[in-house]
Amino acid sequence: MSFDAVTLSRLQFALTVAFHYIFVPLTIGLALIMVILEGLYLKTGLKVYENMARFWTRLFAATFAMGVASGIVMEFQFGTNWATYSRFVGDVFGSALAAEGIFAFFLESGFLAVLVFGWDRVSPRMHFFSTLMVCLGSIFSALWIIIANSWQQTPAGHQIVEFMGEKRAEIVDFWAVVFNPSSVNRITHTLLGAFILGAFFVMSVCGYYILKGRHLDGAKRSFTVALVIATIASLLQLASGHSSARQVAFTQPAKLAAFEGLFKTPEGGAPLYLFGHPDTATEEVKFGIAIPGMLSFLVHGNFTKPIDGLDKFKPEDRPPVALSFHAYHAMVAIGMFFIGLTLFASFLRWRGVLFEQRWLLWIFVFSILLAYAANHLGWVAAEVGRQPWVVYGLLRTSDSVSKSVSAAEVAASIAMFVIIYSLLFLVWLYVMGDKIRHGPAEDSEALGAPNHGLQPAVAVEIKNPPSQQEA
Amino acid sequence: MTPDWLDLNLLWFFLIGVLLVGYAVLDGFDLGVGTLHLFAKNDLERRILMNSIGPVWDGNEVWLVTAGGALFAAFPKVYATAFSGFYLAFMLLLMALIFRAVALEFRSKQPWPWWRQMWDVVFSLGSSLAAFLFGVAVGNIIQGLPIGADGEYQGGFFELLSPYPLLVGVFNLSLFALHGAIYLEIKTEGELQQRVRRWLWWCYAVFVCLYLVTTVVTFAHVPHATANFRYFPWVWLVVALIVLAIANIPRAVYFGHPVQAFISSSLVIGGLIVLFGVALFPNLLISSIDPKFSLTAYNAASSQKTLGIMAIIAAIGMPLVLCYTTVIYYIFRGKVKLDKMSY
Repeated sequence: MSFDAVTLSRLQFALTVAFHYIFVPLTIGLALIMVILEGLYLKTGLKVYENMARFWTRLFAATFAMGVASGIVMEFQFGTNWATYSRFVGDVFGSALAAEGIFAFFLESGFLAVLVFGWDRVSPRMHFFSTLMVCLGSIFSALWIIIANSWQQTPAGHQIVEFMGEKRAEIVDFWAVVFNPSSVNRITHTLLGAFILGAFFVMSVCGYYILKGRHLDGAKRSFTVALVIATIASLLQLASGHSSARQVAFTQPAKLAAFEGLFKTPEGGAPLYLFGHPDTATEEVKFGIAIPGMLSFLVHGNFTKPIDGLDKFKPEDRPPVALSFHAYHAMVAIGMFFIGLTLFASFLRWRGVLFEQRWLLWIFVFSILLAYAANHLGWVAAEVGRQPWVVYGLLRTSDSVSKSVSAAEVAASIAMFVIIYSLLFLVWLYVMGDKIRHGPAEDSEALGAPNHGLQPAVAVEIKNPPSQQEA
Repeated sequence: MTPDWLDLNLLWFFLIGVLLVGYAVLDGFDLGVGTLHLFAKNDLERRILMNSIGPVWDGNEVWLVTAGGALFAAFPKVYATAFSGFYLAFMLLLMALIFRAVALEFRSKQPWPWWRQMWDVVFSLGSSLAAFLFGVAVGNIIQGLPIGADGEYQGGFFELLSPYPLLVGVFNLSLFALHGAIYLEIKTEGELQQRVRRWLWWCYAVFVCLYLVTTVVTFAHVPHATANFRYFPWVWLVVALIVLAIANIPRAVYFGHPVQAFISSSLVIGGLIVLFGVALFPNLLISSIDPKFSLTAYNAASSQKTLGIMAIIAAIGMPLVLCYTTVIYYIFRGKVKLDKMSY
């Protein structure tokens, strides 16, 4: 691999987008949980819900700031590093990006002010409304950017036109661009991934509190809310993942072949590898265990119908196999683990014994790392699997970079990002850790009601409805 | 479909300008507060300064992000050429904006003096550098850039740092600092407000001097910048408005109407961007190699279809944006009060 401007720009994009994506799914997932907790507070009037919502808000705010700071980089990087790409796709891709700004970012950042600073300035209902708007804003944002990204995966609704001596894509049918073959699947999959991650973050922090015997009431309530979300989202993610993989089989067959290590088109049904290592040199999967015909069954509902292997594509049109394969398989494995874990934990929670299983709580404390791994590996699979194309079938990644930017300049900016991002990441971890150590406010216990039961009926009600003064 | 009288390219030239005005007026004051930050005497004062912009800076910055997105969508060639041509300058700008954003968030999270001092410096330098670089960018765009027949920027980083753009950079820094000082005049009270008042007069003096110098240099050094004034005589009204607004600032501050002063400095910023737009029109990027190579609102634009779709998106989105921007500023009106959730 030579370190030319293309390789370096890809490296920089991967680095900056991966860093950005540390914060994005956490804000999307946390926002949903904050909406639910504040809703429960409005419904029950229990102070503990407000304390927990405030606590998550503080973590949310620190994460959101990092998301904004690293997000501006993403917005500008198409132009700085991928100018040729920008000229080619601006007509289509730019519109989705601008829509994201107008419909999502303003909503999100505007109401974030009320969410973070408005506790004592607006009524609880208005505050709840603001939290809801921030949550919606973050979802809209995901929606538009994934529409844009999905158009790169499965372009539709456009035509290639020559304008001022250069070929470019132009919109023919806006709604066909928006609802291109992969957008709905990928939006669903990404949002569910973010909800799972947010829930696992909450369960990690709360699991730790419960193990340490701190903030028990609030921690158990938040844990329960998060567990419900994680369980439902993990199950739905299985359906969404299946639907997404099927669609990839029809719209991006080379990508699916790379995911599954399918080098040669089989005579009959294609096998599904549970694990293994695809060896590009010998074109076979080593150390693998496979279910014969299973891939064909998942795609076509028929164990013997063949599926195109990589041999159907010219060598220069094939994605890197090993990285796609491993990223994809690891993501699926984590997803399966989460389904088992959350179902088991939900069962124990239903029996009322979950919070006594210290070993299980410890697993939850560390599972956030797996949730992060699954989210990031999913993106690696999606983006590496699309290679060598930046816009599938239309524009190669190698033809997309800025012509006026030298490799040395990109190397300099990568060095800058590595230094800044490492520094900021450490500060963010430190600040988050500090807030978590500090924990939520404890006035429900200060009221003299050590209340670890979880049924609202036996919990101490605060009779006067929440008012502005109370906070 | 689009009616004949509607020139979508012109509309988007105008709308990009609107987004820039929105950005400069709104983020302008919070960058200015950042520039003034280190002049505050003690920790409490610095916290008040940061919290005066706390609820709004993030929303203000969205105007920049949206302007970037709109430029990408409406004039992809301009977006591509400018952003790749200004590569290192943009990286510096990104660094400044990133540091400034996280400095706001992290500064008051620890009580240690070294920690707060460090983030204070980062916040102030980041804000000032951003304000300066925006000015440098504007200066370069007015002056013209070495853009070749292929629409690519052919210079290097240091060619962006010629005297005229540097002058506009310093000018912009003083303009935003003045705008920020006026904003602080609204948001502070008591002893701090007295000190803010002194900063305000200094900023005003520096700004007026730089305004005169920049105006003279622009007329003398960049003749094409004022060439369009012949075709658009109404521009002189804008010039008159800017001068009146500048004159109104000390009057309004002196008589205790800081909001009026703020409206005046906003008009100055808005007026200057109108002049900037008129100076360029119909170009967006002027080629200093050959005017034929300049990127205009017509030869660098997206298709009519896309410009139309974007116009619909803007027509739906912008009223909503104005609506919640107003609500947020209304909720956080009045003097800064620190509470548990403050920075």
